[in-house]
Amino acid sequence: MSSERPIRVLIGKPGLDGHDRGAKVIARALRDAGMEVVYTGLRQTPEMIAEAALQEDVDVVGLSILSGAHMALVPRIREVMNSSGLEDVPLIIGGIIPDVDKPSLEAMGVRGIFGPGANTEEIAGFIRTLVAAKDKDAPA
Amino acid sequence: MSGLATQILQGDRRALARLLTIVENAREGGDHALAALFPHTGHAHIIGITGPPGAGKSTLVSALTKAVRAQGKTVAILAVDPTSPFSGGAILGDRIRMRDLSGDSGVFIRSMATRGSLGGLARAARDAVRILDAAGFDYVVVETVGAGQSEVEIARMAQTVLVVEAPGMGDDVQAIKAGILEIADILVVNKADRPGLDNTIRALKLMLELGHPASRSQVSGHHGAMMSTPAPTMTSVDHALWIPVIVQTVATDGRGIDELIGAIEAHQAHLRRNGHLRELEQRQIEIELQDRLREALLTRLLENISAQDLSTLVERIQQRHMPPHEAVDMLLAGLRFEPSEE
Repeated sequence: MSSERPIRVLIGKPGLDGHDRGAKVIARALRDAGMEVVYTGLRQTPEMIAEAALQEDVDVVGLSILSGAHMALVPRIREVMNSSGLEDVPLIIGGIIPDVDKPSLEAMGVRGIFGPGANTEEIAGFIRTLVAAKDKDAPA
Repeated sequence: MSGLATQILQGDRRALARLLTIVENAREGGDHALAALFPHTGHAHIIGITGPPGAGKSTLVSALTKAVRAQGKTVAILAVDPTSPFSGGAILGDRIRMRDLSGDSGVFIRSMATRGSLGGLARAARDAVRILDAAGFDYVVVETVGAGQSEVEIARMAQTVLVVEAPGMGDDVQAIKAGILEIADILVVNKADRPGLDNTIRALKLMLELGHPASRSQVSGHHGAMMSTPAPTMTSVDHALWIPVIVQTVATDGRGIDELIGAIEAHQAHLRRNGHLRELEQRQIEIELQDRLREALLTRLLENISAQDLSTLVERIQQRHMPPHEAVDMLLAGLRFEPSEE
């Protein structure tokens, strides 16, 4: 049954950079992969992202960060999400993320990191695997 | 009582979001929680907002919500967006225009995709509205793109229906001819600072006169009578049909929003007088029962028809061996379709 329902993903752009082309490309690609994509638009605070993720009951939150502020934004977003009871909602990131930062981001609980040129089908497949694993852990 | 229902009644927003997902997916447990919440429904004022894409519906909902919040009332928003018929996915982007509402615990925004069938969406949307109503919000706003029958049907679940237009969106009359004008209690001309406003207003007024000839003459009669004997006619005005009003707004800077709230409150007051609300609810329940019956019967019927029988029938119809209505008669009579099995 759970495999029939559309996966719900939130795509958010935290921080102050105004380049949302990447986020929109991903949103469209995930829609074309059969997912329901809640797109929140630019300049979202961590609180706004956590609130939207909660109200929309999404399976996965995807963040697009090009500003270089990921090491400040990501832990804050994870923290606010956790304190709203969204510990079980995985985070993935897209954007310009230097390799040196990847291990620490993964340690903060980021499940997937995708740079420019990442294959959108691969991202959709990754999200499907994440959600399938989650459904298996908690059959509800 | 169902755990989720109890949590929702206590104000747990995560539980609220969860139950909305469960009913949307028609998962187990949804009916149980809905039954527990049902006695707590019937308090919210339900507002439907529809209109063509680009008229500024989401921005208007945002402005309206802010103004209503300033009165201390709480608002839940159900924003319905179309599912792509090709992939089954959807982009739900209404929150982009509602960012000013974030961080307010008196507001709850949920996006919903239209998904598959008309019946399925209607059921899910009705259930979602009931859940938000039971959760205690003063207003439940349902926003849909007025581009298809299903969206218009969703808007009709509301007690007060707003149809939003904007000037300069091409052929004004065309945009509103597709049956959405008749459902409007309030016509909002948003982006009223744009050129072409007069044309749009004139077109809407003309459509209103065409659409409600009886009610118009009735009202001018009342109006004339009111001039001489105000007291007795006030009660007869109460019996009158609601005449759709036209309100001009500029949602981006809040112009006209107070007038819009005034119009909504006037419509609310109209509904409460002389049992209009009860009549409306009765009609809506009748429609809902029929919708649900249709869906349930179809599901049950399809369970008893094998995919093979169906495809044999499709083939026979395609080969012009049997007209479609005979195929339906046959299926309803419970006859098995057997030639291929002999």
